[in-house]
Amino acid sequence: MRTWILIIVLAAGTVLLKTIGPVLAGGRQPPAPLTRVIALVAPAVISALIVTGTFTAGRHLVIDARAAGLAVGAIALWLRVPAVLAMIMAAIVCALLRFAV
Amino acid sequence: MSFGILAAPLLGGITSIVMSAVVWSGTAQFAALSILTSGGGMALAAGAALLANTRFLPMGFAIAPSMTGGPLRRFFTGAVLADASFVIGHRGGGRFDISALAWAAPVQYVAWVGGTVVGVTGASAIGDPSRWGLDVFFPVFYLSLLLPELFPEHAPGNRRPIIVAVLAAVITLVLTPIAPPGVPVLVAAAAALIGLWAPRQSAGPSNIGGDA
Repeated sequence: MRTWILIIVLAAGTVLLKTIGPVLAGGRQPPAPLTRVIALVAPAVISALIVTGTFTAGRHLVIDARAAGLAVGAIALWLRVPAVLAMIMAAIVCALLRFAV
Repeated sequence: MSFGILAAPLLGGITSIVMSAVVWSGTAQFAALSILTSGGGMALAAGAALLANTRFLPMGFAIAPSMTGGPLRRFFTGAVLADASFVIGHRGGGRFDISALAWAAPVQYVAWVGGTVVGVTGASAIGDPSRWGLDVFFPVFYLSLLLPELFPEHAPGNRRPIIVAVLAAVITLVLTPIAPPGVPVLVAAAAALIGLWAPRQSAGPSNIGGDA
């Protein structure tokens, strides 16, 4: 029963957090300083998600096969390899390292 | 999928699937799960999960100026916002393709809920997806979308996205060991606040590009 309450609270809370911005500020062009901040939110969040997905395990910082995979993916992207191919190359390197170790 | 594998023993199979279908947020669900696994109570689990999702607040405000239609339509578009669709919908310089963002949602939803079902039912047969290196897919995918942000073609001299990305990465690394899951990403989003200062040399905001 308490699990179901948890699910409902999480669902409602998540929708609320996602929709406050769109409902309150939709369709309007905000002032220039705010526009500059908004333009920089994406690089900040994406960068943080990359770090979280590569160098963390729970609350620990780790350097493992994912770091090697990301490095290969980064080099591939830098050489203008298509994203899907870069992702597959990264996964192969990552898997091979895990099999080897 | 990994959520299904991890959650099924603790919450039960059906509950895990319903949770994915209703909450639809990997970060929140994993945050709640990790608290419950470590013996924390329901209130703590809910708090951690919602804290993990507070990043959607600035993200919602980021997409808002690109939206059209009435409050109800904006509400439903905002409700299907997710990490990946936020990235997919971004068109550089703070502009968003709202239809791309919205259409990415059903695909992700089916993948997320379907993945949970697969994880719950066939956990032992598939084994750990990370064995196949699949967990590195997302960072590389995110990186492919970050690079054009860092080196914008319409504003070559603009170093700010690079500064913000590095700052956000450092904040995430520093906070991960000491803050609850999700909080590092939220605080890292605050790196964007350096945009409050006007650029030094360029004439006007660099994000008014002009190219289609």
